[in-house]
Amino acid sequence: MPVEEIKKIQYKNLKTLVYRLYSFSEFYHNRMKEQNVHPDDINSLEDITKLPFMYKRDLRDNYPNKIFTASTEELVRYHVSSGTTGKPTVVGYTQKDLDLWTQSLARSLTACGIGRGDVMQVSYGYGLFTGGLGLHYGAEKTGATVVPTSVGNTERQIELMQDLKVTAIACTPSYLNHIIEVAEKMGISVKNDTLLKTAVLGAEPWSEQMREYIQKETGIKAYNIYGTSELSGPMFTECSEQNGIHVWGDIAYTEVIDPETGEQLPAGEKGELVMTILQKEAFPMIRYRIGDITSMDDSVCPCGRTHPRIERISGRVDDMLIIRGINVFPSQVEHALMSIPEVSGHNFMIIVDRKGTLDNMTVQVEMKPESFSDKINDLMNINRKVSHTLKNSLNVSVAVEIAAPNSLPRFEGKAKRVIDRRNV
Amino acid sequence: MDTEDYIIKQISVFSENKPGRLASIAKALEEEKINIFAFSIAEAKGFGVVRVLVDRPEPALKKLADIGFMVSFTDVIAVNMKDEPGGLYETARILGGAGINIEYAYAYSGKDAAVLILRVDQVKEAIKGIRENGGELLKAEMFK
Repeated sequence: MPVEEIKKIQYKNLKTLVYRLYSFSEFYHNRMKEQNVHPDDINSLEDITKLPFMYKRDLRDNYPNKIFTASTEELVRYHVSSGTTGKPTVVGYTQKDLDLWTQSLARSLTACGIGRGDVMQVSYGYGLFTGGLGLHYGAEKTGATVVPTSVGNTERQIELMQDLKVTAIACTPSYLNHIIEVAEKMGISVKNDTLLKTAVLGAEPWSEQMREYIQKETGIKAYNIYGTSELSGPMFTECSEQNGIHVWGDIAYTEVIDPETGEQLPAGEKGELVMTILQKEAFPMIRYRIGDITSMDDSVCPCGRTHPRIERISGRVDDMLIIRGINVFPSQVEHALMSIPEVSGHNFMIIVDRKGTLDNMTVQVEMKPESFSDKINDLMNINRKVSHTLKNSLNVSVAVEIAAPNSLPRFEGKAKRVIDRRNV
Repeated sequence: MDTEDYIIKQISVFSENKPGRLASIAKALEEEKINIFAFSIAEAKGFGVVRVLVDRPEPALKKLADIGFMVSFTDVIAVNMKDEPGGLYETARILGGAGINIEYAYAYSGKDAAVLILRVDQVKEAIKGIRENGGELLKAEMFK
């Protein structure tokens, strides 16, 4: 679809959305009045900047369903967010909302090469979390066969993977790593003893190095998926180019803003992701500040798709750690650790303490069994190497603790790698 | 006699510096009815390496690995020293003279003699040097 055509659809949908919400939603009506903007002021797509932002705290303040614009009779489902950063938020769906969500994901999975003939294991959690059911319906819509394994009982998942000739998996990157480890213990090589060739990974930040590791280790092509429960759930993925996540323009309007000033940033510049879901019925989202950090690319993708892309999420505005005044993202730590062959870079924990007025950050990372030496000096050298690499990449000194393999926590859902004791 | 006969398999265990780690190593060995001949702990910031000579190294290593410890075998030698003044000097002099570096050492005083366990940079040369100079080494078969 030509870019101009997408923009026309976006404008038409935006205009309809704004009129509808101004007329029928007390929340949006008041918000727009406060901002002194009327639907008649929206006369181009660019005028979207006149509209007020929506924040996570708006959802919390209006818990559970005060922002809903559909009646209870029209609702067909609720999901509740995991509450990673605080109180959970409730999302309601009409049948049309579910259809649109499914359609968005079906298009995305098709872009990853998944379709009829594929067997897809959905190892995201089923239930209140949007990952499991979202991927489930999206994959079914593509014609693929779904194995709804959910999370946990990993040995059984690996058996099913072999018995049912699974070709694709959807889960968190840390859970896929856990599966690879457990399979190894069972004497099964994911690369040689399964038919897995595609993985759709998301729900937590992960690095390009992790992708390279997974692809090299398992022969699986690993695609990044993006979404959040407020938007419906997981909605968008990369295409065969693996270079940015396509955001379907007819479904969502994407902005990247400076989190300080709220100004739109040009393509290529990193900032906070803001999304407007253009056709939502039950739980509308206009200019929602998601808190994820990314940049936009509106050039036509080499795959031929004209829908804009967002870069892999590099962190969150709110899980960004500030250590002695310097911004540190857990994904940066992972990125640095993955470059050190002696340690297992995807198994780490960050612990932050405050001694007096000074922040102290400790990174615990597992050593690889093959780099174990009984000479203290060799081990100290690994420790020093990790410290230097982290210092160079984060610009802040961190303490390093080398841990034994398999001694740090494993995560089946979202990895929680930071223990910040400063607020306790 | 072959120098191989004197190369002893020491078990080296990585241990985070946390209470109870040594207890779980010792408990595991007790459960397998494995006897410890000699033992040392080397410590650094945050972690340590526990080194043990036992009567049955293979099952000991397997047991420790099975319960999740990072373990490996290290080649060491055991010198039977005269348990009298000058005993250590004699051994150290031989190794120094042969240009062999000691990476680390620990000792125990047994019933019949004092034993010095050595990790050296050139194991075979050390064995040859000590034997040619009248030193006495314990055979690896004692630790099997």
